[in-house]
Amino acid sequence: MTPIVNLSRRNVVKGLASMTGLVLGFHVGPRIFPFAEAAVKAKTFEPNVYLAIDETGLVTIVAHRSEMGTGIRTGLPMVLADELEADWTRVRIVQAQGDPKYGDQNTDGSRSTRQFYQPMREAGASARQMLEAAAAHVWGVNANDCRARNHMVLHTPTGRQLSFGDAAKVAATLQVPPADHMELRFKPASERRYVGKPMPIVDLADIVRGKATYGIDFVLPGMKYASVERCPVYGGKALSFDAADALKVPGVERVVAIAATPIPSGFNPLGGIAVIASNTWAAQQGRQRLKITWDFGPNASHDSSAYRAELEATAKKPGQVVRDQGKVDEALASSAQRISADYFVPYYAHAPMEVPTAVANVVGNNCEIWAPTQFPQAARTTVSEVLRLPYESVTVNVTLLGGAFGRKSKPDYIAEAALLSQEVRAPVKVTWTREDEIQHDYYHAICAQHLEAGLAADGSATAWLHRTVFPAIESTFQPDVTYGSAGELQQGVTDMPYAIANVRCENGPAANHVRIGWYRSVYNIPHAFSVCSFADELAYAAGKDPVDYLRQLLGEPRKLDFAAMQVDYPNYGASLDMYPVDTGRLRGVLDLVVRNSEWGQKLPPRQGRGVAVHRSFLTYVAAIVHVAVDNDGQVTIPRVDVALDCGLVVNPDRVRAQFEGATIMGISNALYSNLSIKQGRVEQSNFGDYLVARTDITPDTRVHIVESSAPPGGVGEPGVPPIAPAICNAIFAATGKRIRALPVDPAQLKAT
Amino acid sequence: MPQVRVNGVQHDVAADPQMPLLWAIRDVLGMTGTKFGCGIGACGACTVHMDGNAVRSCITTLADAAGHEIVTIEGLSPDGTHPVQRAWMAGNIPQCGYCQPGQIMQAAALLKETPKPTDQQIIDAMSGNICRCGTYLRIRAAIKSAAETT
Repeated sequence: MTPIVNLSRRNVVKGLASMTGLVLGFHVGPRIFPFAEAAVKAKTFEPNVYLAIDETGLVTIVAHRSEMGTGIRTGLPMVLADELEADWTRVRIVQAQGDPKYGDQNTDGSRSTRQFYQPMREAGASARQMLEAAAAHVWGVNANDCRARNHMVLHTPTGRQLSFGDAAKVAATLQVPPADHMELRFKPASERRYVGKPMPIVDLADIVRGKATYGIDFVLPGMKYASVERCPVYGGKALSFDAADALKVPGVERVVAIAATPIPSGFNPLGGIAVIASNTWAAQQGRQRLKITWDFGPNASHDSSAYRAELEATAKKPGQVVRDQGKVDEALASSAQRISADYFVPYYAHAPMEVPTAVANVVGNNCEIWAPTQFPQAARTTVSEVLRLPYESVTVNVTLLGGAFGRKSKPDYIAEAALLSQEVRAPVKVTWTREDEIQHDYYHAICAQHLEAGLAADGSATAWLHRTVFPAIESTFQPDVTYGSAGELQQGVTDMPYAIANVRCENGPAANHVRIGWYRSVYNIPHAFSVCSFADELAYAAGKDPVDYLRQLLGEPRKLDFAAMQVDYPNYGASLDMYPVDTGRLRGVLDLVVRNSEWGQKLPPRQGRGVAVHRSFLTYVAAIVHVAVDNDGQVTIPRVDVALDCGLVVNPDRVRAQFEGATIMGISNALYSNLSIKQGRVEQSNFGDYLVARTDITPDTRVHIVESSAPPGGVGEPGVPPIAPAICNAIFAATGKRIRALPVDPAQLKAT
Repeated sequence: MPQVRVNGVQHDVAADPQMPLLWAIRDVLGMTGTKFGCGIGACGACTVHMDGNAVRSCITTLADAAGHEIVTIEGLSPDGTHPVQRAWMAGNIPQCGYCQPGQIMQAAALLKETPKPTDQQIIDAMSGNICRCGTYLRIRAAIKSAAETT
């Protein structure tokens, strides 16, 4: 039983700040709170910011996290509706605007379910108990004899029933017990109607009919369309421009400069020259006719090949020590076998199918935004800053997102629309081209790593040295940042889970020349690639089966003791008590995937299986990938098995979908995507040269979920990291060729 | 003024005949179900039917489309219950959903031409349509299922 009064004191989870509203909703008597007052006036029962029930019984649940394809707009409302005992067919979902009252809305970091599962339960349970109390009041009976059941309240001794609508009408005017006298009763797991059951997403019917509204689809009367030419080099700016030819294009109305933001530019617009027209195509045509003289700025010599060599050289040298146990140098020197390997992962672009796009309408001192944004609160802050308007004067409406993967947490494109609307005094939609998206992204960090290990005569690992070098995300926001943060190094470096006595992890410095941003699973991509590949290299060096060797490396189930290791481990913002790094759960997913795959069964020549296990975003994942490599070196993937332990599962179908999709993104990272830069300019421009996985490579993907009642972990991202190393380990099993740099180069895999 | 027939309705489009059909449909005619993805015919998000065949509307001009019957996702079936749409619902295909109108139009054109496609025919027909969320496996299953029910 949770006394509800405690809610407001629990500040460990940021999201709970919003729950203060719920707590206040219960207070009556001498103090008057805005909420209770509003509820009385509206005759609609609004017990908290996430929920309203009208007289007809229609339940409106506010989805305050952004829907970019994870199914969160369905998942969190399911949790609330379940605790409320609402009938899902009488639930309507509305999308929240960006507003601090909802708590954290930054839909990234695979945090939505783990941060808001409990607040949603509390919002549902408290409202249910208030409806029960309202029914008790109507009938003049003890509230303990009243139970909500599927959109009505039942008086259990007599069988009398009151609909949710009628109960809500009363609840809206009722004095409810003081909060500190109220204890929440949560439904037992056995009575859950929705949580744990597969549920179609609420937007399904609209999507298949072409009626779902994404940011790019939003239209206002009198709206103008803008396309922006930006400097091809990060940090450059327009010195002058000639718009005469652009203005001759039919439909082009204005050409407007957006001032460049000095680097590092953070969430602010890059700047450029915008063509404003009566339709998107005219704006794009006009843009092609602009004549611009650029100052390319300090990054005009950035060359990703030369930069890679720099990072690799840095990784050869000692760096800042971020984890240190035992005596690594001595153990390496005295080992029976010493192994070392260097790994490389390139820049990636997000490439969501919907490009960055936003509609802004500045009227007087107010600005209203409609945009596909993962982070409406940051959009609001950034827009208010660039327009020099108070935060309260900016409204941000969140549309559906046509994919995001971290890109749409950054509101630079929204600020562009706001500035242009302010300038032309009309609603403006900015739509990036695909070329803009690929050439002006916040890139996934390029990363070079050096690993060394010592093996004893029996093949067991006695020493582990891991050096990683990459431009930090913080370098996009602050000058002179060259080292990774604890939050970046926790992603597969400082939480290396193998039971090895002597471990040292180091981070070397890297300058920054482009905008670096978080990209689905972030630094777990390079680090899982190196750590899971190196484990496989050690297995072969020890002459052991890779699964057997991995079990040996994981050792006895234990929880990593970061305090003892003197490691600053943020644990994705979660408590280590609630979410320890538990190697037993890694072993659990490894065993599950081995049982369900065909590991160990014989394959034809040039086919092989590879394994990888990795924890990220509080979720444990193991993958076994079966590859076939043809004589030309082309890789195909007949099958992937993925096992995961994300604790409690809200919507199992969407969990499966996320891991199916993460497998495809992992394949893109491993086999196809590669973003390179010459003279500060991105060399790729569209899907013809920036490659992503298509249906032809798609494996028979089988997702195996551990049944668990542990607190919910992340789902959106953790499926990505183990895929690339499992593919490359499988390629080694098939061909004997070790891939240490992504994407895989088929030329290296040709049959000889 | 270019004329174009979309979902059975003739439109006079006040635009340059070289304007891609995609932008005419979206910005001029106000039907937003057809999506922009790449502008070069490389991703399939903008797929519509021209005389029953799947075409990329981002590289089809208004002039190209004149005199042909164009069908968009909004016109695929009167009530959104084309067998492909039903199969997409049954399989819970979409994640973000953005590419799905294009995927559905491509799949519907495939099944019209090849009612019982082999796995390889499905892969060949669908390889021009990118889904960055990675729903390919379910899409292939849904096409098989739609083929069996028609």
